[in-house]
Amino acid sequence: MNIIICVKQVPDSTEVKINPETNTLMREGVKSVINPFDYYAIEEAVKIKERFGGKVTVITMGPPQAGEVLKEAVTLGCDEAFLLCDRKFAGSDTWATSYALAAAIKHIGEFNLILCGKQASDGDTAQVGPGIAAHLNISQAVNVSKIDFENENKAVVNKMTEQGYDVCSINLPCVMTVVKEINTPRMPSLKGIMRAKKAQIKTLGADDIKADASKIGLEGSPTRVVKIFAPQHNKENVVFNDCSEEVINKIAKIIKDGSI
Amino acid sequence: MAEILNDINKCTGCGECINACPFSAISLINAKAVIDSGKCTLCSSCVNVCPVSALSLSESEKKKQSNFDCKDVWVFCEQKDGVVMPVTYELLGEGKKLADKLKARLCAVLPGYDCEQAIEKLKERGVDIVYYVKHELLKNFNDDYYSETLIELCKEYKPEIFLFGATSMGRAVASRIAVKLHTGLTADCTSLDIDEEKHLLLQTRPAFGGNIMATIITPNHRPQMATVRHKVMKEADINPLANAQVIVKEYGANLFSSNAEFVKSVKEIAETINISDADIIVSGGRGMGSKENFSILEEFAKTIGASVAASRAAVDSEWIPYSRQVGQTGKTVCPKLYIACGISGQIQHLIGMQSSKTIIAINKDPDAPIFKYADYGIVGDALKIVPMLTEILKKKD
Repeated sequence: MNIIICVKQVPDSTEVKINPETNTLMREGVKSVINPFDYYAIEEAVKIKERFGGKVTVITMGPPQAGEVLKEAVTLGCDEAFLLCDRKFAGSDTWATSYALAAAIKHIGEFNLILCGKQASDGDTAQVGPGIAAHLNISQAVNVSKIDFENENKAVVNKMTEQGYDVCSINLPCVMTVVKEINTPRMPSLKGIMRAKKAQIKTLGADDIKADASKIGLEGSPTRVVKIFAPQHNKENVVFNDCSEEVINKIAKIIKDGSI
Repeated sequence: MAEILNDINKCTGCGECINACPFSAISLINAKAVIDSGKCTLCSSCVNVCPVSALSLSESEKKKQSNFDCKDVWVFCEQKDGVVMPVTYELLGEGKKLADKLKARLCAVLPGYDCEQAIEKLKERGVDIVYYVKHELLKNFNDDYYSETLIELCKEYKPEIFLFGATSMGRAVASRIAVKLHTGLTADCTSLDIDEEKHLLLQTRPAFGGNIMATIITPNHRPQMATVRHKVMKEADINPLANAQVIVKEYGANLFSSNAEFVKSVKEIAETINISDADIIVSGGRGMGSKENFSILEEFAKTIGASVAASRAAVDSEWIPYSRQVGQTGKTVCPKLYIACGISGQIQHLIGMQSSKTIIAINKDPDAPIFKYADYGIVGDALKIVPMLTEILKKKD
């Protein structure tokens, strides 16, 4: 089975802090990590490869330093890695990003299954996975918490919903986005770490994947950001700087009665 | 290829752009702003704040906004077994405001089968038209069937705006439709408005993984699509006397080809209280320190009749199950009272609870962002304060 995984490098959101004066992000010195949901996609791909044999190819679109997440993916069991990197991709929204990834996948070649994490922890849109399926014109299964293969061409999946889950059958090739419930990602093995040291990451530019210039980057993005601002808040805003008995009693009264 | 340019003749080196940049891509070199193109994402925050208009976004040949032959505000009606999901009514409430500003019609779009009851419920909510896309294969959700039929409907009737609930179904189908129709889709909008001058939908959502909001537009593609979470907007009023035109579309087999097939739906055993519907919520974050400490919140919640919820940090640390997570990747809640204990108040958490009527925050850090959004706050250790509150409130009964 040829499995392709799409991953993303994101800022470690537990570390991103806000500058209290300007209300802007302080990203300096914040680590970049692999998108947490992607670990589950990688683990699932490696499990499937262990069962059916084949190859796991990992791909990411990002600046040069995004290659770090590809190395990490290789330590976890991916065989081949591609970095989709080109200034022409800058400013891409989810439409342009999924277009570029789909074009890269077409360039890479045959595949049976594309796995993605449900969403990235910086954008949280969950749009790129299904977007890739739409660009490639193949079926999708979103929010997958379980995959059972009837054979190499057909799977039965659980897709999480607000009420529980839907069970669906789906023929390959297709795209699946996975949630945390699907598995427990393994730790990197020594073998994986050694392999990553030797791993060659292949870089692909816009021309390599024959991307249509009008469909990538800022120009290719149907959506535009027109304004960035700090959130408004018009709350009463009474903050007590001490926790004396008097203050605690006041708060208790608010909880009981709904007012001071 | 687009890039941000700085006219150094105009640039005064004031540094406003540096403060505004969410990616720390700008620095002052020789007292002029210089942009690191390796970090710049072309978001244009700097362009918007430059007091002397020295910064600009250069693009090759900006497309002129076409005159679109489209109208009306559409709302996707998610139904399960013929029952309309509540988020739909909220979208209709918001949709009505948008339609009024555009002087357009509000249309409910309902794919399904045996949905006659649902149609009656939709009529009561101020819609002008119900498009009932009727087919037995639409009874249960299938990504392909839903996308293809709605795409066909869009091509025929050309909506200006198409709104979806940010549910698992809504997000899956909206993403697919947006790509195939080659149009823009903004996820999890916290507010929607119309720029009446430019006749555009203004879509606002949290951005760049931090405490910043972005307003987004889809200037050159139609329909303008957006998803909105449950409990963010207000439901449309019910008017039992209202009527609406019902247009039934029965598409042919050519639109119903898919590699996927629905097998069954499984309902999980509901938690004793679904936090989405709770009136009072006590929520714990990283500041609670451990799984064991959550028992302090359980005790407190029991005393005041609340449900216990948590921030993403607590769930990621496995102190409490994911079903209790409030926030952008968890649930949106709208209780009368939300008590945040040891929660810093990252925007991803806030958008899950900021429409709570009263918010009380307890946190050791006086600079925690949550204090800006709370009605009342105590700077202190939740682990000490919450048991004290529990004691007092036990006595009050």
